[in-house]
Amino acid sequence: MPWGEFKDTAAERRLFQRRTIVVMTFVVLMIGGLIARMYQLQVVEHEVFTTLSDKNRVQVQSVPPPRGLIYDRNHVLLAENRPVFSVTLVPERVDGMDQTLSQLGGILDVSGEDLERFHRRLQEPRRPFQEIPLRYDLNEQEMARLAVHRHELPGVEVKAELVRYYPHSTLTSHSLGFVGRINRDELQRIDPVNYAGTNYIGKSGIERFYEELLHGTVGYQHVETNARGRTLRVLERENPVPGEDLQLQLDLRLQERAYDLLDDRRGAIVAIEPATGGILALASVPGFDTNKFVTGISVKDYRELSESRDKPLFNRALRGQYPPGSTLKPMLAIAALDSGATDRDYTIWDPGYFQLNNSGRRYRDWKRTGHGWVDLMDAMAESCDVYFYEIAVKMGVDTMYSYLSRFGFGEDASLDVSGALSGLLPSKEWKRAMRSEPWYPGDSVNLGIGQGFMLATPLQLATATSLIANRGTWVEPRLLREIDGDTPVEQYLPDGNHEPLKLKNPADWEFVVDTMAEVMHGRHGTARGSGRNAPFRMAGKTGTAQVFSLAEDEEYDAEEIRERLRDHALFVGFAPVDNPKIAVAVIVENGGGGSSTAAPVARELFDAWLVEFPAGDQEAVVGNVENKGLD
Amino acid sequence: MALNEFIASSAANPLGRPRGIWSTLHLDPILLFLLLALVSGGLFVLYSGADRNVEVVKAQGIRLGVAFVVMLVFAQLDPSVFRRWAPWLYGAGIIALLAVLVVGVGAKGAQRWLALPGLPRFQPSELMKLVVPMMAAWYLSRHYLPPRLRHVAVGLAIVLVPMMMIIKQPDLGTSLLVGMAGLFVVFFAGISWKLITAFIALVSVSAPMMWFFVMRDYQKQRVLTLLDPQSDPLGAGWNIIQSKTAIGSGGFDGKGWLQGTQSHLEFLPESHTDFIVAVLAEEFGFIGMLVLMTVYFLIILRCLYIAVTAQDSFSRLLAGALTMTFFIYIFVNVGMVSGLLPVVGVPLPLISYGGTSSVTLMAAFGVLMSIHTHRRMIGA
Repeated sequence: MPWGEFKDTAAERRLFQRRTIVVMTFVVLMIGGLIARMYQLQVVEHEVFTTLSDKNRVQVQSVPPPRGLIYDRNHVLLAENRPVFSVTLVPERVDGMDQTLSQLGGILDVSGEDLERFHRRLQEPRRPFQEIPLRYDLNEQEMARLAVHRHELPGVEVKAELVRYYPHSTLTSHSLGFVGRINRDELQRIDPVNYAGTNYIGKSGIERFYEELLHGTVGYQHVETNARGRTLRVLERENPVPGEDLQLQLDLRLQERAYDLLDDRRGAIVAIEPATGGILALASVPGFDTNKFVTGISVKDYRELSESRDKPLFNRALRGQYPPGSTLKPMLAIAALDSGATDRDYTIWDPGYFQLNNSGRRYRDWKRTGHGWVDLMDAMAESCDVYFYEIAVKMGVDTMYSYLSRFGFGEDASLDVSGALSGLLPSKEWKRAMRSEPWYPGDSVNLGIGQGFMLATPLQLATATSLIANRGTWVEPRLLREIDGDTPVEQYLPDGNHEPLKLKNPADWEFVVDTMAEVMHGRHGTARGSGRNAPFRMAGKTGTAQVFSLAEDEEYDAEEIRERLRDHALFVGFAPVDNPKIAVAVIVENGGGGSSTAAPVARELFDAWLVEFPAGDQEAVVGNVENKGLD
Repeated sequence: MALNEFIASSAANPLGRPRGIWSTLHLDPILLFLLLALVSGGLFVLYSGADRNVEVVKAQGIRLGVAFVVMLVFAQLDPSVFRRWAPWLYGAGIIALLAVLVVGVGAKGAQRWLALPGLPRFQPSELMKLVVPMMAAWYLSRHYLPPRLRHVAVGLAIVLVPMMMIIKQPDLGTSLLVGMAGLFVVFFAGISWKLITAFIALVSVSAPMMWFFVMRDYQKQRVLTLLDPQSDPLGAGWNIIQSKTAIGSGGFDGKGWLQGTQSHLEFLPESHTDFIVAVLAEEFGFIGMLVLMTVYFLIILRCLYIAVTAQDSFSRLLAGALTMTFFIYIFVNVGMVSGLLPVVGVPLPLISYGGTSSVTLMAAFGVLMSIHTHRRMIGA
């Protein structure tokens, strides 16, 4: 059929025109529908979508405040913040976690331990879109390599973070404490808003006690991000308030000396400035590298530390509870004088042992041959046990308990030393409650030489010694010296609550101090070797505490056991006698005798503090050091 | 020869009617102006949608230039050429589609391209957008209109065979456009309303069958997502949520050119291809959308005028079907981006980045111009 012929072209045209009208109507309706849809979205629901759009692009990010710095009393930096670059992953934005991790492993050095820690943290509850660190402390090469591959790795970011750094890590590990990652329990406790950007929190020591001050206040910034969460620009910012800088009572030089003096032995030294209660040195040896703990210690390193026989993680100065031995005698002497159990002239015959009654068991003096006739002065200087057995029995446990508790035994008397233990000051009630036994006179005999149930920490011994140095005036031990800026110390340092120990005859303080000076300077003083040739007078008391038994789980090693069975060597003392600048407690575990081992340590500390770096002359000392540095 | 003389001599056609430069070039000035306006505006939106990537705009400009040349070439051909070639092109198209299914190359899990040695890679399904309506128009215009049932059945078969082959690739968007182009031919030919009703009923019945036997999982997912975008906000629903947010946040007068936060901050996927209308809506607001819709509407209006004034059934049917294909592009794309329709890969005509659809569309406009500018000679 040829085109156009025999066809009713006019009818076909009319038909087409009708259909076109239908189609036109259809088109108008449909386009009208689209326009209506646009009207609905753009005019009617505009507000809703504007909010959605802003929510999309604007994110509120928290800006963690820089943590306050910590200085020693001479403004030597003890804790600072160092920028550390780490690679983090935001799981919500990572395309394939396993693939991303293996890809990262090809770019960076990621250890199995890093991965293990990462997976562990992946399981833990966390804020949505919070990044999880994979590896810390990237070096420049790694950062460069990562930058090249960054676009292939959505959800992977390099973050600069200020991380705590302790330049004198081991020296300050036990006094300063350290920060670490916020754990689950802490997460419950902290203010989620203020800690929104913070990853670290004070775990121990000063870092823990003054957490609130050191942390500061979180800041915020509104940032524009793209769909992958990458920050494009900051829209507005409210700066965080940095944490307060703290100045501690510690003197790093003395602290260092204390560590050196204890050397490789296990032990603790606490030095207190009697006038202020300021803790000048707080050493527990061995220490450990706190920096390892900040970003998370490796399992291997931690095992090494925690399983070490020397217990480097154990803070002996605050938590080591030792029988004080003879170092308790000055406090007992005060008690005996004030309670009337003895007087300055009271003299006894020491045959080398003490018997409660004629048929009773004999309590031996450390000197088997006995000291002969001794008064209180001799008893202190020579550390006569029998004299103290006798006055202990005379006083009885109640009197001893009452006086000793006023020296701060049996409690944590410190103001801001977190984690300090209270030792054990036994009493009748305590024994009945804990042992279901009455207090026997023999218990009093033991207590008279600081043995038996009595336990004290080095910090407590130093505190009690300060009280004697102060002749009864209480200054609770404290670490904080000043808060840099306008905040007064009093606002954050807790109040001391101890009544001064007033004696019926205040001159008894001088007398007991004299007896302690006799220990150092007397012809028969047990520490006369350590007091020799001193340009100042000092007071002290040696002590030796028996180590009764080995812990059950300790392995048998003849050499080792012999060493570990040896007595603990103790010493308490202060100097100068008339104007005390420093009071110390020294304990050297298994060190043998207090006079031979602990007293020389104390003497060196006295020398260091009073001669080498005298308090009033600090500027000059610092100046000298700087000059040396310039040369 | 001076230009004036050239124009004057060209104007003197054998019938003695004056012929302007437009007739000589076989271009329709109204349609050309509208297309140029659309395309140049589109390049501005593209610059923003591609995040100020000049290379993208340049590439698109070159493609559009090629597309205009293709339009010009098609406009020169007499409509009878299309008619005569229709069966051959259709046959070749079916073979090419078969070849695609057997040896085609593809991307993203779909086989769409045919890479013949010595020829540039091409997509036979794209060609079918033109060829199927041509073939349907060729077949139906050979018989008396309105067509009889038998002719309708053959007409539908002409449409459905390539459509099913394209669905198989799978390419839902293109098969939809090809199918619609063919069905509009049948509609314009005058298929009875009774049959239309029956046909709609048939489709409604077969839709569930399609769901279970034909549609791929991802296609089903798109439909499900449309019904409830919030069900998968980070996966399949993301595009729709983000594009609706882009459109809605644009408001009445928009955020301003290059100021669209949704698109520039990478929230909006494919912001320079299928979802470009969201960029326009975000940056130029409701006003911008009204302008766009008006331009599109005017183009459709002009094209339908061309169809109505065409001088034979084949031209009318072809012109009407091509116009409606163009409209379907617009409706599906805007409907999809604004969350009225499922997400199918249909670009916004002449604005979305991409060469193939622009070339096909401009070829279609070339056919329309040819129909319009050759009518007097045919009528003679």
